[in-house]
Formats: sequence, C-alpha cells, structure tokens
Amino acid sequence: METGIRLGLTLAQIGAVMVAVLLTVAVLTLLERKVLGWMQDRMGPMEVGPYGILQPVADGLKLFFKEDIIPAGANKFMFSMAPILSLVPALIGFAVIPFGPDWTVDVGGVDFKPFVITDINIGVLYILAFASIGAYGIILGGWSSNSKYSLLGGLRSAAQLISYELNVGLSIVGVLLLSSSLSLVTITNAQAGGFWNWYFFAWGSFPQAIAFMVFMISSIAETNRTPFDLPEAESELVAGFFTEYSGMRFAFFFLAEYGNMILVSCVATVLFFGGWHAPLEILQGPEWMHGITGIIWFAGKVAFFLFLFFWIRATLPRLRYDQLMRFGWKVLLPIALGNIVVTAIVEYMFPT
Amino acid sequence: METFVFFYFASIIVLTAGFVVALKNPIYSALALLVMFFHVAGLFVTLHAEFLAIIQILVYAGAILVLYLFVVMLLNLKREEHFHGQFIVGLFLGCVLFAEAVLLVLKGETTLGENLADSAAPIELTRGNTESIGELLYSTYLFPFEVASLILLVAMVGAVILTKKGILEVKG
Repeated sequence: METGIRLGLTLAQIGAVMVAVLLTVAVLTLLERKVLGWMQDRMGPMEVGPYGILQPVADGLKLFFKEDIIPAGANKFMFSMAPILSLVPALIGFAVIPFGPDWTVDVGGVDFKPFVITDINIGVLYILAFASIGAYGIILGGWSSNSKYSLLGGLRSAAQLISYELNVGLSIVGVLLLSSSLSLVTITNAQAGGFWNWYFFAWGSFPQAIAFMVFMISSIAETNRTPFDLPEAESELVAGFFTEYSGMRFAFFFLAEYGNMILVSCVATVLFFGGWHAPLEILQGPEWMHGITGIIWFAGKVAFFLFLFFWIRATLPRLRYDQLMRFGWKVLLPIALGNIVVTAIVEYMFPT
Repeated sequence: METFVFFYFASIIVLTAGFVVALKNPIYSALALLVMFFHVAGLFVTLHAEFLAIIQILVYAGAILVLYLFVVMLLNLKREEHFHGQFIVGLFLGCVLFAEAVLLVLKGETTLGENLADSAAPIELTRGNTESIGELLYSTYLFPFEVASLILLVAMVGAVILTKKGILEVKG
C-alpha cells in the first residue's frame, strides 16, 4: 500500500515536471526566434496566430507529420537509438532539481516532498554523470547516418563535450566546498536569508562569481549553443550530427538541446543563485506562501539564464575549432583549478 | 527481492561482457560495454554505495568509453577477424579458471556462502557515503592515495611528451 502511494506520487511528480519542461521547450522555440528577431530589429514569426504565438503548435505539427527518412547505408538500429540516447539524459537530470521549499508532507503515511522528485545525497554528481551520457546520442547519431558531415559533426561534438564537461565539474567544486554537500536541496537551503548568501556573492567567504562565469561558458559549450555550436556549424557541416535526421527523430534532438539548456539554467540557479530563495526575505512572503513565491522566483531566475543563452547567440560570432579547444584547456581549466585552490584556502582560514 | 535484483544485474553484466568480446562490430562492443557499466553501477546501488555507482557512470561511461568510441570512429574500424591467435590460449585459461571456480564452490560451499552473506550486508554509515570515502582516503589510505595520484601525474607528463614530439630535442 505504501509502495503504491509512493509510486503514484512519484509518477505524478515526474509527469508534472515533464509537462512543465516540454511546455517550456515549446515556448522557448518561439521566444528564441522572437528575441533574435528583436535584437536584429525584425519582428520574428508573425503569421501563425496573433503576434505568432501559435508558431510552436505549427512547428510541432509539421515535425510530427513529416516523412521519416532513414538514409541508404545508415545503421538502422543505431540511427533510431541515437535520438533517444540524446533525449533521455537531458530529461533525467530534472529528477534532483529542487523547484521550491524543502517541505515534507505526510500523504497516507508516506513522506512526500512536493517540490523535488528525489533528494539524493549525490545530486550534483548525478547531473554531471547524465550530462556526459548525452554525448553518446550525438556521437552515435553522427556515426550511424553514413554521411561524412554527420560523422565530422559527431566527432567534433564528442571532443568538445569531453573538454568542457571537465570545466563544468571543476567550476562546481567551489560551491561544494562552501556548502560541504552534494545534495542540491542542502545547497539551496544553505543559501537562504538574502542575496548576499547566494554562492555567487558568498558574503564572508570567497565569492563564486568567477566559478559561475566558467560554469556558464562551459555550459553553453556543452549544450552546443552559439558561439560554441561547431558540431552543427551550418557553413561548414550543413547541420552537423543531425544532417540526415528528419521528422520526429529530428524533433528528439531538438528537444534534447532545449531540455539541456533548461537543465543547465536550473543548475546555475540552484548552485549559484540560491534556487527558490528571493533576493530579500521580505520578497518571499509569509511562510505558507513560500511554495508559490519559491516557484515564481525559481522560474524567474531560470528564465533570465535562458534569455542569456539567446542574448549570447545574438551577439557573439562562432569560434574556430582550434580556438575553442585552446580556450577550454588553456584558459577555463586553469581558472577553474585556481578557483578551487583559493576557495579551499579561504574556507580553511575563515570557516563559516 | 534483493537476491532477485542482484541476479538480474549479475546476469546482464556477464551477458554484456560476453558481447563486448564476441560482437564483430567494435561500435556494438563499445555499446555493450556501456550497458555493462550501468549494471555495475546498479550493483553498487544495491550495496548502498551511491557515490561509487555515480562515479562509475561519470568516469567510465561518461569519459573513458566516449574516448574509445571516438577513436574507433576516427580510425573507422570495420569488421576484422575477431578471434586471433590468442583464442586457443584464452580458451585454455578460461577452462582452467572455470574448473577452479567449480571446484571451489563444490568443496567449500558453506564457508563461501557465509562469506558472501557477510560482505553483502551493507555497513551502517553514520555519515554520508561521500564523506566516509573522503575521510578514509585522507587518513587510513593516505599513502596509497598519494602514490596513485603520483602515478597519474607521471602518466599525464608522459602523454604530453609523447604528443609533443619536439619537446625533448629542443631542450636537450
């Protein structure tokens, strides 16, 4: 009976989070084109619905009804597996993200946390591990398409992911040192009280602002966004690893890319910007309202980071491949390592 | 329930490990290895070693195997003769080891079973998994830990020297 209730609650939570994420992806596809349009002094999509707000529906229907083409000479099994292998790791990371306060509700004798699917004590490592699994979808998609552009895109992407994943991991270590925990719920709770307690500012200890810069740049590289979107550089590689994909399989890769963007924004919010905490306690409202205001603040911060992704895409040109590798290994990696050393020393000398 | 889960993981590990060796296409071998890593991680989880489980995925599946796949694709390895000359030696050694295992199980069945039951029981930890491992690494096992890191450092320097061919000639 208890197992049944727990199973039902968890499934309901997973369903709610998935629906929220996929809806956000739908909104993002429109918003990205709108934001890019405004920044380039255009209107963006205007034809479907008022101000083009029904564009995601039209896009979705188009992708759904498009012919599914498998190229001649492609490895059929791998070709079908690759989009799934790329989408699942992008969505699975949301399991440990705390979207609101750390409440525990008693439902029929089962302890139930309404705002986090599961609070495991290795949450950060869990997200890192599954982010690195995402490389398989891309690399296998590139290989199984039997096209040289796809293969080159896949290989580039693999090299890029391995290089930048390291920087993401190292830039997080500073936060882990300050909070002495790997659980995202504990990390969020440690940042309560006001914006000066967020690890970006970390009042009374070493601010993680530099680490955040490294994290954000590396995350943009890991999600294959401009200016690091070399795996899909259209002027060189047509569309990179998903050149040969069409219809729903293409949509899966697309969902994975946007899902990863949302996940990275959520992680940045939780680790560096206090998760669901408001900048000042007054803005959080009374205790019983924390559930609502928490989610609003969380969503607001995530929305800002998503906007940052579009902003960077609209303003920066793409890097060359050797520049990308040199920047990752010779600039970001030393900065991240230095940040760990300094944070460790400060934390040892002035324990909070 | 726990025995069932254990046998599920164990049998999949053995099966996929067999596939890694037996499959002709190196890409399929690598993927079989990926499935195996995940099931090894599952075994760790059943032993309440979540930290090891996630590190297993992060390091082996997330980094090392991706590099393998990378190299395999870059060299574009096609179907090659997958049983070479060592096949006979391997078969012989395999038979010997298998016989040994059978003998051990037949002879000391009771003690082996007890030992297994002992080691399978999870040790109750006062703190989290990660803290305990860190504490042990920096106290009891400090020396082996430092030796391992030194070996890794030497390997890193070696890799740099091997890839940068000019380094030694210019200096010397």
